[in-house]
Amino acid sequence: MNPVLSVENVTLRFGGLCAVSDFSLTLAKGELAGLIGPNGAGKTTVFNILSGVYQPQEGQVMAMGRSMLGLKPHQICAAGVARSFQNIRLFKSLSVMDNVKTAFHHEGAYSLASALWRRKDAVAGEARFEERANRILSTLELDLRRDEPAGSLPYGEQKKLEIARAVATGCRILLLDEPAAGMNAGESAWLMGCIQTIRREFDLSILLIEHDMKVVMGICERIHVMDHGVKIAEGTPAEIRKDERVIEAYLGTKRT
Amino acid sequence: MNTLLQLLLDGLSLGAIYALIALGYTLVYGILRLINFAHGDIFMVAAYAALFSALSSLAPADPGATRFAVTLLASMAAAALLGLAIERFCYRPLRGQPRINLLITAVGVSLLLENLSQVLFGANPRVFPELLQGGVAFENGQLKVGQIDVWVLLTAFGLMLALEAFVHRTRAGRAMRAVAHSHETAALVGVPVDKVIALTFAVGSALAAAAAVLYGVKYPQVSPFMGVMPGLKAFVAAVLGGIGNLRGAVLGALLLGLAESLVIGYGGATWKDALAFLILILILVLRPAGLLGKYEAEKV
Amino acid sequence: MNPNLKLILGVLIPALAVQALASLAPDSLSYFVSILALAGINAILAVSLNLVNGITGQFSLGHAGFMAVGAYTSACLSVYAFPGLPGQLAFVLAVLGGGLLAGLAGWLVGLPSLRLRGDYLAIVTLGFGEIIRVLILNMDFLGGARGFIGIPAETSPFWVMLCLAFCVLACVRLMASTHGRAWLAIREDEVAASAVGVDTTRYKVLAFALSAAAAGLAGGLFAHKQAFINPNSFDFMKSVDVVIMVVLGGMGSMSGSLLAAVALTLLPEALRPLAQLTGVDLRMVIYSLALIAMMLSRPAGIMGRKELWQLGWWTKR
Repeated sequence: MNPVLSVENVTLRFGGLCAVSDFSLTLAKGELAGLIGPNGAGKTTVFNILSGVYQPQEGQVMAMGRSMLGLKPHQICAAGVARSFQNIRLFKSLSVMDNVKTAFHHEGAYSLASALWRRKDAVAGEARFEERANRILSTLELDLRRDEPAGSLPYGEQKKLEIARAVATGCRILLLDEPAAGMNAGESAWLMGCIQTIRREFDLSILLIEHDMKVVMGICERIHVMDHGVKIAEGTPAEIRKDERVIEAYLGTKRT
Repeated sequence: MNTLLQLLLDGLSLGAIYALIALGYTLVYGILRLINFAHGDIFMVAAYAALFSALSSLAPADPGATRFAVTLLASMAAAALLGLAIERFCYRPLRGQPRINLLITAVGVSLLLENLSQVLFGANPRVFPELLQGGVAFENGQLKVGQIDVWVLLTAFGLMLALEAFVHRTRAGRAMRAVAHSHETAALVGVPVDKVIALTFAVGSALAAAAAVLYGVKYPQVSPFMGVMPGLKAFVAAVLGGIGNLRGAVLGALLLGLAESLVIGYGGATWKDALAFLILILILVLRPAGLLGKYEAEKV
Repeated sequence: MNPNLKLILGVLIPALAVQALASLAPDSLSYFVSILALAGINAILAVSLNLVNGITGQFSLGHAGFMAVGAYTSACLSVYAFPGLPGQLAFVLAVLGGGLLAGLAGWLVGLPSLRLRGDYLAIVTLGFGEIIRVLILNMDFLGGARGFIGIPAETSPFWVMLCLAFCVLACVRLMASTHGRAWLAIREDEVAASAVGVDTTRYKVLAFALSAAAAGLAGGLFAHKQAFINPNSFDFMKSVDVVIMVVLGGMGSMSGSLLAAVALTLLPEALRPLAQLTGVDLRMVIYSLALIAMMLSRPAGIMGRKELWQLGWWTKR
């Protein structure tokens, strides 16, 4: 079976520093996998490579059978790979609705002329955007806040909006960077259910970076472990929990 | 005379003056990622400060080394104070805000200095007082080196060497380099970031003042808008060399000075100002990092 | 109502109203009418610059350069290319031609420079403005330093208002569309905008080109109002004037830019008696102090990012 995402022997150097070294990972269609590791292991760097922010010096990244190397971030998004950011990057002064609608732009944009003359296709397009956005927002329980500026949302809701916006791009592969960061036990329990729901409803394959072990062990089918830019282990949650190299790298997890 | 050697000499001394201004730009950009639009106007204010000190009883009346040195020091001190004031009252309060706000404020300070000078000193150019004895230091068929050229080159390069020693051999210099690299990391290891930034402004402004005095010695005219073109050209020089890179600023400025001199010498005087911008656009399109610099994309 | 009809009426009615008022004004007020026309031209400049500086968040300092391209192109077209055509027709074609060429220039300048870091754009655009000025100075058939004379004085309050109303309405409609959201996203967070699929370079260049085209239209209107233009009307100070209008009005607010443009065109006239009294032109000193004070206390400007029609109880959902 062909993996939907395949990272092969990727190496990224910044001058003399090797941030990611010979890293490989595959994600099967519909899989929900985790990428874990101590702080500074290079996890977000891997995400940055996958989303086109950095170009690796060596290796290959294939998504849905196409090479992602050399593509700009917006092209990678159009190819079906979307991500959320660890330090929330919402469009703070835009409303929650508008944040989600920006994600529709690359697929559903009508022309400038249509916008200017307010032609039928523009009006229909906006109506479609409105309907799709409402659907996504209600799945993530953000619909009551649709018109509020994103910057005024409480932290937990902002993280949800990050996810909503990423999903709205119409991606097939979703990369979530620490979605549970800063959430309390109740919120992260809700998040676990939410991630599984969006996987099902939007037919996604999801790779997530997370430090909250309860979330990782709870929903990930497969876990990849990194330390110092290198992959040190891969397996099911049960296997990883017992893996000596992982335990050593962490010297005690933050929360279990 | 217009021989090639003469043009090169002129270009070299012009370039040396641009280098002093460019160093100020590059120092401030390196530490704050800010294009200090007001830098060229600090140059202009320093020129007026030099004019007034030379005319006052502070400086000896006869042209010579003492008169030159006193005027130079007075002007550098005045400029350093001005630079400190601008940083403290106009830029520091905006630290942490979007970069565009800082740029706009810098434009505002620049305009204020220019127009206030115009109101206070009048729009008409004034004659820069004679600081040094003219005359020829060396002459052969192809080249005439004036005493003034010698002074300009010696002072400019002397200051550049002093700066190099300061930045690379002193603790303060090391602190400046640390803050230029990363504010947070420097603060974590105990570097007083605010003081270092203030120092950088003071040093950069003092160098601009030296440039102003040398410029006044070479082209004895002072006017409220005299800093606009040299300032912009020095900025282009800094970008040409690689912004944030001190040696690059010097290299870029010397190249620009030489190019400008050649352009004037071969009949394109009206183009001399546009030359700098053409060079700028070429660099930014072909090699944004400049000759000696590294182009840093934004961190994600 | 058909949206096309709405647009046409929204543009024609203000234009006709303004022209009617201007025609009814007594001769003693003709200077004032002329100043208002200038205010309208400045408003077109400010609203268009706002698209780049305020809405897309890119700092351009060369707006006067595009105005110059429009002014000189339209002047050339009027005098050299269309002298045979009836006055108003030649004027309209000339101004449109100026706008078109300015838009093209905006596209050409924007394409290489908008890939760069934000602070570099400011200097590049400044440089572009300077290069244009020097180019014009050196072109004798454009009049060089002496200026271009003999431009037919066809600009009337009607045409200025028509152009302004169109620019404003076009902005409003574009901002309400997916393209407006794309521009705003770029301003808010360029990295995130890129990550959700917005081609940031393409959109920055688009904003730049559209804004340049509008500046070109303003230039054409200006040329046919003054009947005489020279490079000094389009120098760095003019670019700065427009930036001040956008900043004081509130970067991102169209109505803010409009109000500030009108206020800052009328203000020097109001300050004129003071200048005559003291013998000193304090306009620029006051402007620069205001700019610094604004940035230190209320960087959002007078309107912030809001529009005039967003304030008040009638906008509460």
